Amino acid sequence: MEELLEILSDLHPEVDFETCDTLIDDKILDSFDIVSIIAEINDRFDVTVTADKITPQNFNSAEALYTLIQELEDED
Amino acid sequence: MKKVWKWTGTVFIVLASLYLLQRLLAPKYAADVVEGALIAEYYSEEKDHDVVFIGDCEVYENFSPAVLWRDYGINSYIRGSAQQLIWQSYYLLEDTLRYEKPDTVIFNVLSMQYNEPQREAYNRMTLEGMRWSSSKAASILASMTEEEHFLDYVFPLLRYHSRWSELGAEDVKYMFHTPRISHNGYYMRVDVKPAENVPEGRILADYRFGDNAWEYLDRMTALCRENDIRLILVKAPSLYPYWYDQWEEQIEDYAAANDLLYINFLELTEETGLDFSTDTYDGGLHLNLSGAEKITEYLGGVLRREAGLADRRDEEGLAGVWEEKLAAYEQEKERQYAELQK
Amino acid sequence: MLFTSYAFLGFIAVLFLLYYLIPRRMQWGLLLIASYLFYFIAGPSWLLYLLATTMATYLAARRIEEVGVRQKAYIKANRQQLSAEEKKAYKEKMKGRQRGWMLACLLFDLGILAVVKYTNFAISNINGLLRLTGSASRLDFWDIALPMGISFYTFQALGYLIDVYRGTVEAEKNPFRLALFVSFFPQLIQGPISRFGDLARSLYEEHAFEAKRFCYGLQRILWGYFKKLVIADRILVGVNTVIRDTETYQGAYVFVGMLFYALELYADFTGGIDITIGIAQALGIEVKENFNRPYFSKSVKEYWRRWHITMGTWFTDYIFYPISVCKPMLKLSRAARARLGENVGKRIPIYLSSFAVWLATGIWHGASWNFVVWGLGNWVVIMISQELEPLYARFHRRFDVRGRGWYKLFQVLRTVFVMSCLRTFDCYRDVPLTFRMFGSMFTRWNWQILWDGSLLGIGLSAVDYAVLLAGLILLVAVSLLQRSGSVRDRIAARPYPTRFLIWYGLFLVVLLAGAYGAGYDASQFIYNQF
Repeated sequence: MEELLEILSDLHPEVDFETCDTLIDDKILDSFDIVSIIAEINDRFDVTVTADKITPQNFNSAEALYTLIQELEDED
Repeated sequence: MKKVWKWTGTVFIVLASLYLLQRLLAPKYAADVVEGALIAEYYSEEKDHDVVFIGDCEVYENFSPAVLWRDYGINSYIRGSAQQLIWQSYYLLEDTLRYEKPDTVIFNVLSMQYNEPQREAYNRMTLEGMRWSSSKAASILASMTEEEHFLDYVFPLLRYHSRWSELGAEDVKYMFHTPRISHNGYYMRVDVKPAENVPEGRILADYRFGDNAWEYLDRMTALCRENDIRLILVKAPSLYPYWYDQWEEQIEDYAAANDLLYINFLELTEETGLDFSTDTYDGGLHLNLSGAEKITEYLGGVLRREAGLADRRDEEGLAGVWEEKLAAYEQEKERQYAELQK
Repeated sequence: MLFTSYAFLGFIAVLFLLYYLIPRRMQWGLLLIASYLFYFIAGPSWLLYLLATTMATYLAARRIEEVGVRQKAYIKANRQQLSAEEKKAYKEKMKGRQRGWMLACLLFDLGILAVVKYTNFAISNINGLLRLTGSASRLDFWDIALPMGISFYTFQALGYLIDVYRGTVEAEKNPFRLALFVSFFPQLIQGPISRFGDLARSLYEEHAFEAKRFCYGLQRILWGYFKKLVIADRILVGVNTVIRDTETYQGAYVFVGMLFYALELYADFTGGIDITIGIAQALGIEVKENFNRPYFSKSVKEYWRRWHITMGTWFTDYIFYPISVCKPMLKLSRAARARLGENVGKRIPIYLSSFAVWLATGIWHGASWNFVVWGLGNWVVIMISQELEPLYARFHRRFDVRGRGWYKLFQVLRTVFVMSCLRTFDCYRDVPLTFRMFGSMFTRWNWQILWDGSLLGIGLSAVDYAVLLAGLILLVAVSLLQRSGSVRDRIAARPYPTRFLIWYGLFLVVLLAGAYGAGYDASQFIYNQF
């Protein structure tokens, strides 16, 4: 989780990712951000987030995103 | 109860305001393009005519019912309008027969040249003045150009909606009532513009009249026959639009085959005494008052001789009506001459 | 049947009436009949394309789902016997089958679109090449009319297909229901491109008549007609005059044409969408918004999130993400980071996949080079502003202007201006000509036309300008009001006479100031050929 927050904060230092749960709904993350995040996740966690996993539910909060990563890790 | 009032009120306001808007925005044909007013004027007439003219500007500018009455005691009316197409003439005849059955119908054959709908503006002037009937609906359907919609005739507001930017005092003044323009359908002009250098007609690819035109001429003939009406075909003496020999031939043949009287005034200049240096107001397209009176005089003689129409000047009621009409006729004549003097 | 024809008004009036009179379980069936009738009137032979796409998509989606069900059942039944590896391998195998069906159908649907839409474009390019090589032979163009709305319904069908493949939605079992989703007539001409998950349920549900919802729908329709008839179709005359006579109208006229076109396109497109959504709403059906006051955007990127939203998200979800996060792309990115440095490597997926998106967006809008250049022009602008972001950030830290009204206004106007410049490709429909005309703004100095009365000579009278100005003010005012909530809600809260005056007044404005009937061309919706 720490690592994920670090990735996110690098992109948007002004956002409090620990509490914010409307990252997509409030258009804080745009499509370019999402692609950067996925590339970083791919690097550091060694999981592949496929396009079908890119949904508002999965990206609205750091929490949700972390859950997604864990699920993907379990699958492997 | 409150709800009922709310809805009746709403419906009333909507309908009333749309009606008023329609009246306001529709052209009044009172000071400008007065030809548009002709067709509607018929309905307020006493309908007991011996002769009804149908056709385009070659009837309403060239024949004067006032002369037919004054000199022959023949009661006539012109149901003419600008560029009246033959199916429009046919349906106007149908329409007229709803109100009266004249002895004689005179149709001017120039419109045989058109086989298809022509121009929206002229359609409007012919069709709008008609009262609603199956004839009017049929006439609209037969006349519409491709861009037109039937609905625009049902609700003229749709057609004239953008006229709000060009409204004038006339539109308010004549919103509910327009002044009488014609003298039994005759549109008077007294000014003179001699005919000079009338152009020859350009060569056409095909001189045969179209099927559609023929069909309506047939229907007109049949309708008159059914109703025991004498149909007379005329060609007014206007020099232009050009009347081709080939056209003349077809009409002559048709008249002969159907046993109709056909009078071509182009060939009767000597008999009528028509002089195109004084008797036209636009260089030979239309006759002015003096021209119209000359050929009407001649026509009256024909009607008396050939159709045996009686002199009705001793009918009291009718004579009274005409006395007023003739007075208005003379008054308008004087007004126009006075205007010309200025 | 154009939205602005009497026939169409009659069509929806009859539909509304029947819709609420028949038993509710038949409502969606009626919509299907209405949609096919609508399409049949537009072009009887086009129905074949629509049917082919619908049927292929239906069958493929059903197969994909079946394979998925079989896979789950097999795994469940053999949970004990199978090792983790075997399970994974089996899953992969079945996923591959699903992918096969998905791709086959994708190629089929896109194939139809490509053949009818792009054959002539390909031929003209081949002919161009032949000319270059000095060959005298030329290929003949194919005489085919583009089926109405094919770009829209194809995308809608593909979205459904991919969503089924991804497992986001379940495959529709009733082919007629799917046919309705693909052909729903209000959005057939120009979108929005709805997602199955968003639209389907409300499309098939039973809808009781609800006076308020119905009125809101009608009000939205009326507002759409206002935009379309009073503004778009009126200013269109001026736009066409300027665009079609490129010899006469250069320099400042290009600028005027650009801005007029911006207004025309906005009023036409959003007006059409208002009519679409309004009709759906009157039927009780929810269609997603396609616009979110796009001309208030502060950057081009933001603009594309607020203009033609459903198209933008379609491209993002089905092209941008799949390309940018696919394994080869991630590998490429990693390799590039190692060789060319962190900065370059990070950009590669974004640059490449957004390039693909804008290329596709351009070509989707029209089969000609001007649209390709237009699409890539958008890409260039977005990339440049992306690169300038740190610079902006520094500027904003240094000068605290971001909250200021005038600065926001400046940003908004800048976006409108940039978008208008890009759209000149769309106006002139010819790349070299567009450059020439755009350049003439700087070489042919005739700005006096803005005030010397020349603008009255482009087919618009003083009355037209007055109406347009008033219409524009109303548009802006309503847009500003919308920022703080629904305008219709606000009006609905007023007493009846006020409400009545507002809506009846708007109706009269459309009736009297609308550019319809004799004298005006029945101009088609700009978007309906895409």
